[in-house]
Amino acid sequence: MRHNFSFFIREGTGNMFSHGFMSFAAIGITVACLLIMGTFSLVAYNANENLKDLQRENAVLAFVDENLSDEEAMALQKQLERLPNVADCTFVSREEARDTYVEQYDEDDLYSDLDPEIFRHRYVLHLKELDQMKTTVQAVEEVEGIVKIRADEDISNGFLTVRNIAGVISITLIAILLIVSVFIISNTIKLTTFDRKDEIAIMKMVGATDGFIRWPFVYEGLLLGLISAVVAFVLQWVLYRAIAQGIENSDTLQLLRIVPFEQIYLPVAVAFGVVGILVGVGGSLTAIRKFLRV
Amino acid sequence: MIRLKDVVKTYENGTDALQGISFDIEDGEFVFLVGPSGSGKSTIIKILTGEVIPTSGRVMINGFNMNMISERQIPLMRRTIGVIFQDFRLIANKTVQDNLSLAMHAVGASRKEIQSRIPYVLELVGLEGKGPRYPDELSGGEQQRVAIARALVNNPSTIVADEPTGNLDPARSLEIMTLLERINALGTTVVVVTHEKGLVNRFDKRVVMIEDGVVVGDGMGTYEVKE
Repeated sequence: MRHNFSFFIREGTGNMFSHGFMSFAAIGITVACLLIMGTFSLVAYNANENLKDLQRENAVLAFVDENLSDEEAMALQKQLERLPNVADCTFVSREEARDTYVEQYDEDDLYSDLDPEIFRHRYVLHLKELDQMKTTVQAVEEVEGIVKIRADEDISNGFLTVRNIAGVISITLIAILLIVSVFIISNTIKLTTFDRKDEIAIMKMVGATDGFIRWPFVYEGLLLGLISAVVAFVLQWVLYRAIAQGIENSDTLQLLRIVPFEQIYLPVAVAFGVVGILVGVGGSLTAIRKFLRV
Repeated sequence: MIRLKDVVKTYENGTDALQGISFDIEDGEFVFLVGPSGSGKSTIIKILTGEVIPTSGRVMINGFNMNMISERQIPLMRRTIGVIFQDFRLIANKTVQDNLSLAMHAVGASRKEIQSRIPYVLELVGLEGKGPRYPDELSGGEQQRVAIARALVNNPSTIVADEPTGNLDPARSLEIMTLLERINALGTTVVVVTHEKGLVNRFDKRVVMIEDGVVVGDGMGTYEVKE
């Protein structure tokens, strides 16, 4: 059968406008679902970014054998940098360690003449993945010249737990909202389809194939999904910037780092477009299935 | 050609609609299918349009064996049959022209074919110039003519009309029946389901009488004769 593509587009677009209120309702519901999903995702994303920042600050300290000379101690850097899961490695000399200590604890000028020799040269290591901390620590311990390691696994495990819980919650919420959206859109389109069940029955009576009947509805769903995605994207942008501005101006929340929308607009746009189209087309296909059984 | 042989239809709720119906309709015939309400006429129509599958028995419609027909073949079978309903079933928000062109689009006709076929069919049913009108702007008789035009537009070999005059006054009913007779004269098989004795008696056509799901009479003549 020769499917007339321009006919499908004309029919789909025409149907969308001729059922204006239902189309408006479908778009409104999809926009609301996309906005809720988008907001949850962006909160989860920003929480993850902030956790990553905190992770970066959670360093592993590797102390160097005091019997090694300064040159020998500094020579360990390359060995440590080559270890897997080490993101970066900074050498801290005895003197620097002493200065930091004094700066941190010498409130009463008690340690001002502290001998740097009582400190060890050390390396500050940042890890790529916190969940591999244990094996990385073992690998660092095996490096000749490293005598002691201080790594706070409890804190890193705490970060991992928070990150994992946040991830599971956001994925679950997004999945639930996605199913709810498809259900609502499907029912909204089902209502518009119900209006046209006679039309579908007539088309079947004259020998239209299911594919022929389905295409204008699919196109209509696609169009509704796309329009919803565009509207939701614009609203999400406005909402995100307003919240980011609010956090920036807040006395208590300004510690949080909000990723600028300009940095993430492309994946957000693609996600909204894909979800909008899937929900629109999926909703149409689910809705029309019942009426095709003639 | 249409052939029903020992056709039985029992619905899921246990209703025995047809209890062993057999008759043939040759190409080019004009047949009245008559009987009281609940006699099984509507079930026969549904079997002829592929909406209902018989419980048992054999059904052949224009070369399609309905006992073995696949889902994909049903639209092809339906294109050989034009269906006319009592309530016209026109799409209210489409013009006459669009109602007809939708039926042609549905079978994959090109724009050129649609543009040349629709004026011809509208002229055949006596609705020249009514293409841009909406169904609501037409009388009942005219709406039924549009329904006939839609049934004819894809040039089917058979027209099945289910109580086509049920919503019309006697004068319009006679016009519609005369139009169907004219279409039959052009070579199309016509099957008319009705219970209007007066109308059947005005035409000297084959009458198949159904009662309680069985054929109780089949022959040329009038409704009264068969009773």
